[in-house]
Amino acid sequence: MPPESKPERLPRFSTISDKEIPRLTTPEDLGDFDYAAKLGAPGEYPFTRGVQETMYRGRLWTMRQFAGFGTPEDTNQRYRYLLDQGQTGLSVAFHYPTLMGYDSDHPRSLGEVGKCGVAVDSLRDMEVLFDSIPLDQVTTSMTINGPAGILLAMYIVVAEKQGVSADKIGGTIQNDILKEYIAQKSWIFPPRPSMRIITDILAYCTGNVPRWNTISISGYHIREAGSTAAQELAFTIADGIGYVQAGVEAGLDVDAFAPRLSFFFNAHSDFFEEIAKYRAARRMWARIMKERFKAKSDKSLKLRFHTQTAGCSLTAQQPTNNVVRTALQALSAVLGGTQSLHTNSLDETLALPTEEAVTVALRTQQIIADETGVANNIDPLAGSYFVEWLTDQLEAEALAYIKKIDDLGGIVRAIELGFPQKEIGDAAYRYQCQLEKEEKIIVGVNRYQMKEEIPIPILKIDEEVERLQVKNLQEVRKKRDETRAQAELKKIEEAAHEGGNLMACFVDAVREYCTLGEIIGVLRGVFGEHKDPGML
Amino acid sequence: MADERKIRVLIAKPGLDGHDRGAKVVARSLRDAGMEVIYTGLHQTPEMIVSTAIQEDVDAVGMSIMSGAHNVLMPAVVDGLKKKGADDIVVFGGGIIPDDDMESLEQKGIKGLFTPGTSTETIISWVRENVKPR
Repeated sequence: MPPESKPERLPRFSTISDKEIPRLTTPEDLGDFDYAAKLGAPGEYPFTRGVQETMYRGRLWTMRQFAGFGTPEDTNQRYRYLLDQGQTGLSVAFHYPTLMGYDSDHPRSLGEVGKCGVAVDSLRDMEVLFDSIPLDQVTTSMTINGPAGILLAMYIVVAEKQGVSADKIGGTIQNDILKEYIAQKSWIFPPRPSMRIITDILAYCTGNVPRWNTISISGYHIREAGSTAAQELAFTIADGIGYVQAGVEAGLDVDAFAPRLSFFFNAHSDFFEEIAKYRAARRMWARIMKERFKAKSDKSLKLRFHTQTAGCSLTAQQPTNNVVRTALQALSAVLGGTQSLHTNSLDETLALPTEEAVTVALRTQQIIADETGVANNIDPLAGSYFVEWLTDQLEAEALAYIKKIDDLGGIVRAIELGFPQKEIGDAAYRYQCQLEKEEKIIVGVNRYQMKEEIPIPILKIDEEVERLQVKNLQEVRKKRDETRAQAELKKIEEAAHEGGNLMACFVDAVREYCTLGEIIGVLRGVFGEHKDPGML
Repeated sequence: MADERKIRVLIAKPGLDGHDRGAKVVARSLRDAGMEVIYTGLHQTPEMIVSTAIQEDVDAVGMSIMSGAHNVLMPAVVDGLKKKGADDIVVFGGGIIPDDDMESLEQKGIKGLFTPGTSTETIISWVRENVKPR
């Protein structure tokens, strides 16, 4: 308690996740702090200080803006613009029908085509999307889960047509189905067949696409759905444990596939809590891989991650303030040692970003990299009593959740029981209640509001996009060799039933211009569909 | 005499988008404010929403859309209710809806539209003022 003569301005100080924060941290809060055991040098176990020896002095993080809208032609233009502006990697946002496994002419796609991302139905669309972009020179991340293998198959064939073999391409498919059930909710099949498809992808890529990150184990969407920082950390690492377990159970050598697992975290607004989260994540993963899974290769122990600033923190009110929020969030990701970064655009609570808005977002990263000097020294906040204490705290909270999930029978069972979903829903509701009581503040929303808002320009997706996309899709179906396409679909059905590697079948099928909706349709027939239990 | 019947609200997620944070927070707030709330879960077609609304005999349907498909899906629910003779069910909605789309949605029968940053208190008051047990 503060002395009466020095009152404090709040009865209780807490992070955005509602974790109580002490007035001061001192060496006593750290107990017997063993530098080598807790931190180690950068590039050395347990990797708390970073996964590479030189970190940003060797190479800056990859600046990778998530982008996609309208037709593949529209998005190709945006990619080429971003690369011209100094962006160093690509990241594809697909429209909802692609995410959910429907072609653009399916009745369920009505009204959704090209709206929330780029429309991709067949190999033709991927050829257009990456036209004039050399796939041996850029790496590409694709936010795709249920149909991840099919989109990777299309990417492999597009590269092949450019003369780039599969062992030369680099990038990431999100392919993290567990967090779909937990948070993002773009699922297709039930959990268990989904896990089977993922192990097929792990097996195929280990042999054929060795530079590809096969799963991007994602906390981002867990946080966006309203979790706390500790829950984001816990459920993400628990999902990671689930995938490694599944790979090992499928007979794969842990050191053969674990090095290609990567992670994806949110950068929310509570600056130090986020930095502590990234540092704790690296230490936890290293220990879990070493102790629980007996991994031997250092590459299996390293948690490499992408970061995106928090979409849910942006406000429709006074939207220019979003530039500042994003800059501070991005700074926490860099101080936390991220390997790649997406900075949100100021208009993203209103629509997909305009070219002007995404340019400011990219420039924000470039300013952090080239002007602030924060990339000169590795893990500069290490040794701060507060940062080390908070790192320990987040690790302990997350480990307690992981213990609980283990007790429930592992993450797949915990998801089937609705455990993480319920924890996140409760946290989201608690935060909303705190906002309404003004215990938590959002500038421009529940404090410092303005009567007159200054409108900003926003991107509109023309309704013509849907007609054009459907026309192109129908032409693809007309022009392809129908007998060969049908034969490939038949092979997928057989592999799904009999246990052949589905990823190998996807590559053959997309080459014959089988569409995404057709392939998923076959698999739906075999595996069934997951339905939302609609829990509140 | 029995108490006046509680307001019954269906909170619905039409379309393919999976962002259910807002829908769930609003559903819980309305329930905590004393209303009876039914939640459809995700990935509903307009037909599914209309049929649930009628089956559950609700007084209002609140839809949440983040994917940009609001111009197609929200009016489809209004039309569907009208065809089934249930146009006295009040339809409202929320999500990422640009200002330019507001007017046409209101003309098509979406009576209240709530965009990011709206407090649940505002939504609760609006429902109390605009929805009466049928």
